Amino acid sequence: MSEITSLTLTELVKNIKEKKLSSTEITKAFVERSQKSKELNTYITEDFSSAIEKAKKFDDKPNFDLKLPGIPIAVKDLFCTNGVRTTAGSKILNNFIPTYESTVTQNIWQQGAILLGKLNCDEFAMGSSNETSFFGNVQNPIDKNLVPGGSSGGSASALAANLTPVTIGTDTGGSIRQPASFTGTVGLKPTYGSCSRYGIVAFASSLDQAGPMSKNVKDCALLLEVMSSYDKKDSTSIDFNRSKYSLELNNNIKGKKIGIPKEYRVDDMPIEIEELWKKGIEHVKECGAELVDISLPHTNYALPTYYIVAPAEASSNLARYDGVKYGFRSHGENLIDMYEKTRSEGFGDEVKRRIMIGTYVLSSGYYDAYYLKAQKVRRLIKKDFDVVFNQVDAILTPSTPSSAFKIGEKTNDPISMYLNDIFTVPINLAGLPGISIPAGLDKNDYPLGLQIIGKAFDEQNILNIAYSIEEKINFKNKITDWWIK
Amino acid sequence: MSKNNHEFLITRKNNHYEVVIGLEVHAQIKSNSKLFSSSSTKFGAEPNTQVSLVDAAFPGMLPVINEFCVKQAIKTGIGLKAKINNKSVFDRKNYFYADLPQGYQISQYKHPIVGEGKVILDMPYGQKEIGIERLHLEQDAGKSIHDIDPENTLVDLNRSGVALMEIVSKPDLSSPEEVNIYIKKLRSIMRYLGTCDGNMQEGSLRADVNVSVKKKGEEKLGTRCEIKNVNSIKFMQMAIIYEANRQADLLEEDKTIDQETRLFDTKKNETRSMRSKEDAHDYRYFPDPDLLPLEVTNDFIDSIKLEIPELPDEKKKRFIEKFKLTPYEATILVSDIETSKYFEEVTNNSDIKLATNWITGELFALLNEKNLEISESPISSRNLSKLINLIKNGTISGKIAKAVFEIMTHEDKDPEAIVEEKDLKQESNPKELEKLIDKIINDNQDKVKEYKAGKDKLFGFFVGQIMKVSGGKANPKLVNEILKDKLSR
Repeated sequence: MSEITSLTLTELVKNIKEKKLSSTEITKAFVERSQKSKELNTYITEDFSSAIEKAKKFDDKPNFDLKLPGIPIAVKDLFCTNGVRTTAGSKILNNFIPTYESTVTQNIWQQGAILLGKLNCDEFAMGSSNETSFFGNVQNPIDKNLVPGGSSGGSASALAANLTPVTIGTDTGGSIRQPASFTGTVGLKPTYGSCSRYGIVAFASSLDQAGPMSKNVKDCALLLEVMSSYDKKDSTSIDFNRSKYSLELNNNIKGKKIGIPKEYRVDDMPIEIEELWKKGIEHVKECGAELVDISLPHTNYALPTYYIVAPAEASSNLARYDGVKYGFRSHGENLIDMYEKTRSEGFGDEVKRRIMIGTYVLSSGYYDAYYLKAQKVRRLIKKDFDVVFNQVDAILTPSTPSSAFKIGEKTNDPISMYLNDIFTVPINLAGLPGISIPAGLDKNDYPLGLQIIGKAFDEQNILNIAYSIEEKINFKNKITDWWIK
Repeated sequence: MSKNNHEFLITRKNNHYEVVIGLEVHAQIKSNSKLFSSSSTKFGAEPNTQVSLVDAAFPGMLPVINEFCVKQAIKTGIGLKAKINNKSVFDRKNYFYADLPQGYQISQYKHPIVGEGKVILDMPYGQKEIGIERLHLEQDAGKSIHDIDPENTLVDLNRSGVALMEIVSKPDLSSPEEVNIYIKKLRSIMRYLGTCDGNMQEGSLRADVNVSVKKKGEEKLGTRCEIKNVNSIKFMQMAIIYEANRQADLLEEDKTIDQETRLFDTKKNETRSMRSKEDAHDYRYFPDPDLLPLEVTNDFIDSIKLEIPELPDEKKKRFIEKFKLTPYEATILVSDIETSKYFEEVTNNSDIKLATNWITGELFALLNEKNLEISESPISSRNLSKLINLIKNGTISGKIAKAVFEIMTHEDKDPEAIVEEKDLKQESNPKELEKLIDKIINDNQDKVKEYKAGKDKLFGFFVGQIMKVSGGKANPKLVNEILKDKLSR
């Protein structure tokens, strides 16, 4: 059955529509492989028997007009799923079962997809290695004891290991693109306002976006098409004319102007990344696009800005986890004591660190110096992009400054961990779409990714560019199934 | 304490202190659903039955602004003659409490929806303008109930997320009486507009009261204390009097007043320190990233302006000009929208002067006695106007009318029918009256002599006798005329 799980989403849909494979066969294949892959620790909650039941139901009464007909999909455990435990990777939500469904997951079920289970992630999506999860770290299928990136680490790992044909993640500062890059997969963060945030456990509201993760660009386009919708339940959702991304996908990028920002050439960047970038530039040229040297002068301030804005919002967003209404509660002598014990025991170190940073930057006397200033810088960063996008159609950069690192390598050095998001964070601050595609391997055969950044609402364009480069690169992940005995 | 003319002063050995008061009134918006969710706002439902996932702050839940509440706030702003801001921003006010599910209250901090406005108070010493600093929208919290379970605090989230308008006055109020009139005026305006029912028993209107004192004539304001969450006018007044005296005492002893938040203990009639400035919460306000800035166009504001009814000040002016009422009468009749409606219904078909007297006199006394709102009046405006017409056209006398009114308080019956049934029609036939008068004069010749000798007061005696004999039905005006004529012969 291994060949089923290595098929792309597009191939699976084709097989189902042509009745060559049933939803039950496909679902069982992914369930079986997932069961053999426990060592990767990708799942927090499995929903396998229910998935097989739903697959059978689909096969009894198939609807081939749907875009994801009977396709099993595992999702990041940040999406609330009706009746299925949703933890956000935290002890504080260890026992939380929503009675409602996030809009994005609702959209994919409506198109025929079936929930396989909930995938591991950094606690409240705060992390770049999936090591902050209450449910333990996740193995990267590329190599033993290698992190899959984060925060959508479980998603990236499950996808690369063929435990799910596609998956959905969330990206606040790089949480889709960085793990995609670390696992040799495709990940797209849409324009802020494209995918509804309703029913997604919030980390930093002004930055959070859900997005597709897949094995290739075509799958990515199809999944985005299903996920993205205007939603009145999210006041920041934007009502724009959404393209039929998969139908309009093409590799004609002749005459497109692609910007190469000089500020993304950072110190200590491995030579391999530099080479990868050059290779990407060559491919783009081959496709008939035009390269333009550009400058995004405030790039250096993106990371510090992000680490003020995101924790500030998080410190407030996470105030609701207080032991009063749902989730974990520790016994206390009085209300304050209960709060303190619940939150001390319920949150992990990284979450506490960010709550403290966020509380600090918002506190009176520091608000102007930190939060307000960060908001101003954020506007400058956005303006950098606005200016540049008058000259170019898209921007090409590396996705990360390095390939995947070892588990435990950076856990005691938060700053070095944060630096991993240096190329992805500015895009969230500017609210723009960005896609990471696998573009090569380093000396250890670890994947490396390239990022294409687009104008707001211009997902079709970056998908097309990614599609063109993908063809040229012809990337192959080297995965040995080392975890399956 | 002394009260010279209208000045409210706290008097100590050598000093007189003026009191400076500013109010932050929390008025619950009249709306079917909450500020950011579709849950019902009906008062008095079973605990926790009007709570949506948003109100209880479940993970991933997002607020969506209720446009009707925005409209209500703008309407109120227009009623306060205030500037409506085209752009306002919702902020999060962060603090932990069991009845605050989100861990923050969504409010408006730096950019409120309504800016500066004013309220005119009709005081016995003339009109006084009270400045409005701002009006902003915010969510109410739930309720913590401490007295049901001896071990635990229970939380009712029905109120959680209900829309409030916080109306902040400038420190322009200078006495408990002005506070009384201010709250009543504010409530009156909002009830005219239908934006708040002003029901203080149900907590629809509460206030934080800022009080400071300063030596008479001094420019500089003293240090203020904020008395939190006072829910009746009487308690506000008691709290202000207590607090002003407490502060005056401190100043007399050369002690400093700490800027602090205090609570009013209604049982002991005193304010107590709740927290000092040092312990004040750091609310860490910041713009709510779940909500876009609230933008309202001038067209939207203009369309709301078209819905604004005649407000108390304008109505009062009209009543004075059109009906020739005294300012005092007009003030009373416009203070409550239902009263003004009732008045206009009565005067539509009857004499204005009589209507004014009967409503402010008999009817108000009746309502007062029975503790009823005018909307619950046992006598309909239609029947009262009929009664007034019976007086006006001479069918019954004022005295008989009182008797008819008394009957009407028990059943809201057509006064014409009552007069008919009980045969209460006034005797206005001069011939019949002359007969009666002649009889009384004949029967009391000695009194007639005394009267003619100069004892004028006896005139009343004759009238009384005539009325008595007629069973009160004799037309008093005609009796007077005929009697005077006969006695002068």
